[in-house]
Amino acid sequence: MAIIITEDTRIVVQGITGNQGRFHTGKMLEYGSKVVAGVSPGKGGTEVFGVPVFNTVYEAVKATSANTSILFIPAPFVLDAALEAIEAGIKTIVIITEHVPLKDALKIMNIAKAYGVTIAGPNTFGVISPGIAKVGIMPNTIYQKGPIGIVARSGTLSYQIAYELSLAGLGQSTVVGLGGDRVVGLSLAEVIKRFDVDSETEGIVVVGEIGGTAEEEAAEVIRNIAKPVVAFIAGKTAPPGKRMGHAGAIIERGQGTYQSKIDALWNAGALIAELPWEVPVLMKSALVK
Amino acid sequence: MKLFEYQVKKIMRDAGIPVPRGEVFFELAKAENFIKDLQAGVVKAQVLTGGRGKAGGVKLFSEPLEGKTLAENIMKMTIKGEKVLGVLIEEKIPIEQELYLSLFVDGRIKKPVLIASKSGGMDIEEVPEEQILKLPIDPLIGLRNYHANLTAQKLGLTGDLAGQLSSLLKKLYTIFQDYEAELLEINPLVLSRGKLIAADGKMTVDDDARFRWPADLPFNEEKTPLEKKAEEIGVSYVELEGDIAVMANGAGITMATLDLIAHFGGSPKNFMDAGGGANAEQMAKALDLLVSTKPKSILINIFGGITRCDDVARAYLTVKNEREIPVPVVIRLVGTNEEIGVAMLKEAGVESFSDLREAVIKAVGFSKVGGDN
Repeated sequence: MAIIITEDTRIVVQGITGNQGRFHTGKMLEYGSKVVAGVSPGKGGTEVFGVPVFNTVYEAVKATSANTSILFIPAPFVLDAALEAIEAGIKTIVIITEHVPLKDALKIMNIAKAYGVTIAGPNTFGVISPGIAKVGIMPNTIYQKGPIGIVARSGTLSYQIAYELSLAGLGQSTVVGLGGDRVVGLSLAEVIKRFDVDSETEGIVVVGEIGGTAEEEAAEVIRNIAKPVVAFIAGKTAPPGKRMGHAGAIIERGQGTYQSKIDALWNAGALIAELPWEVPVLMKSALVK
Repeated sequence: MKLFEYQVKKIMRDAGIPVPRGEVFFELAKAENFIKDLQAGVVKAQVLTGGRGKAGGVKLFSEPLEGKTLAENIMKMTIKGEKVLGVLIEEKIPIEQELYLSLFVDGRIKKPVLIASKSGGMDIEEVPEEQILKLPIDPLIGLRNYHANLTAQKLGLTGDLAGQLSSLLKKLYTIFQDYEAELLEINPLVLSRGKLIAADGKMTVDDDARFRWPADLPFNEEKTPLEKKAEEIGVSYVELEGDIAVMANGAGITMATLDLIAHFGGSPKNFMDAGGGANAEQMAKALDLLVSTKPKSILINIFGGITRCDDVARAYLTVKNEREIPVPVVIRLVGTNEEIGVAMLKEAGVESFSDLREAVIKAVGFSKVGGDN
């Protein structure tokens, strides 16, 4: 079945006429994603790669029955764009934009919860269900359809690991990017729960990093599921108090350390890959059992 | 961005939160009259780092001469590597009780959380859980009277004091919102002669909201000159202590690259995330910056997604053709336009790797033998 992105996913691209929006609309179409509409205020009536552009999300939804939105919108305007999508009835929103103010992210997440909307990001590479569709900016070539669910806080690191898994013959059901910010929509724990009940997913790979407590919370879920979980955590050698690229990747007040995450995951029964290329090896051995 | 105590106190005072009478001084000549005026008081080092009290950066004085000497000494201090910016000199207030209050953003529950405790004046991490009130505030609802009532109850404040607390909390929450804070802390909140007074103040504001920070928010530079330069180029950079310069694209893979270098016995000199969409010109500038740090070797690890491998190859060749790169460079290229990038490098006589492990081992090897360069 895959999770979050399925055969029924109909995509509207908010910010479709910008550089990034246009480029990735092309890439999503190439991958076979159903991009049914674009939104760009003032550009309604035009087309991008044959995709009709609307002035508002409301019009786009009405005309095309889009149910999923992806945002290529500058950070100061993300709050408005996300709320517009929510009010227009969109049920899944992928926010690619980095540097969204914390206060705006809090507002978006709390309103989305009230409306029953799923948010991935901000600062995510998106979500891909190989062979079905992608809603994001990940490369088109590294994934294969298969039984492994990947959930990651970081884009390129998850590409590296998806690539290793594909090389080893372990394809993916869905790959979910949570986003590198401190406040993001979907949590590690939530995605693992969804993979657990997904009939297509047989094993789960967690690509985590230092900072926050997402991995520690996820451990509580992992403890209670039967599917094997393999985790790789980045930032073992990161110094405390320094933001390592992602806003959320910082060891603060002794919280968010590599060791704390590894201990929590290990005690919950996850297998720990110390090196990225150990992920497929561990997953293969776990699936045989 | 972190704020200095004197800056936080000014913001609190302007918002109507009681703070001790005090003034900040960056030159001591100007402080003498104020110290004389106070007779007794406290001298507090102005630094952004925590733990200044334990380091001797906060001292009480009971007569002006002592105050002057203390101020002179504290002014000269360096606390955890940070030079003291100035001293905040304040009146001494009689303390009946020390309480704790803070607001911070909890990414786990996606809400601001109000923290209150009767045990003020110490690290909140050291206070037992059961003595701490943690009250999530729905950002769509804000901080209301009932939150204040609950907090007063937990702190054992009644009557007029509960009223003072309620007014203070609302002002605190307004500051938290208006100044785009991630953390706002009063520790201790002192009960003195029937009044609640903020005896200390800490605040960290959200860098991502910089475009709409209030006009009166001071700016404190926390980045090193190198980190600042990297920011101008548009890459994310953190200085480390080793000798292998690193460039990768994406925060996670950059962290993992540093971990791998350490795993294979090397030591990274920096974290540099050139981002997902870096172009050739940006890459060339970033590479220049790495060369300027005089590493023993440079490792470039690119997993091309949005970043195209041919752009990376072009940037590298541009820099290489324009000037001498005095240290060995190891390039690992995989992903979008990999074949083109690898071919370009090969034509110029530069070897590149597709295997991450091989590339890391090579870069670590160079850092061990390349010491004489």
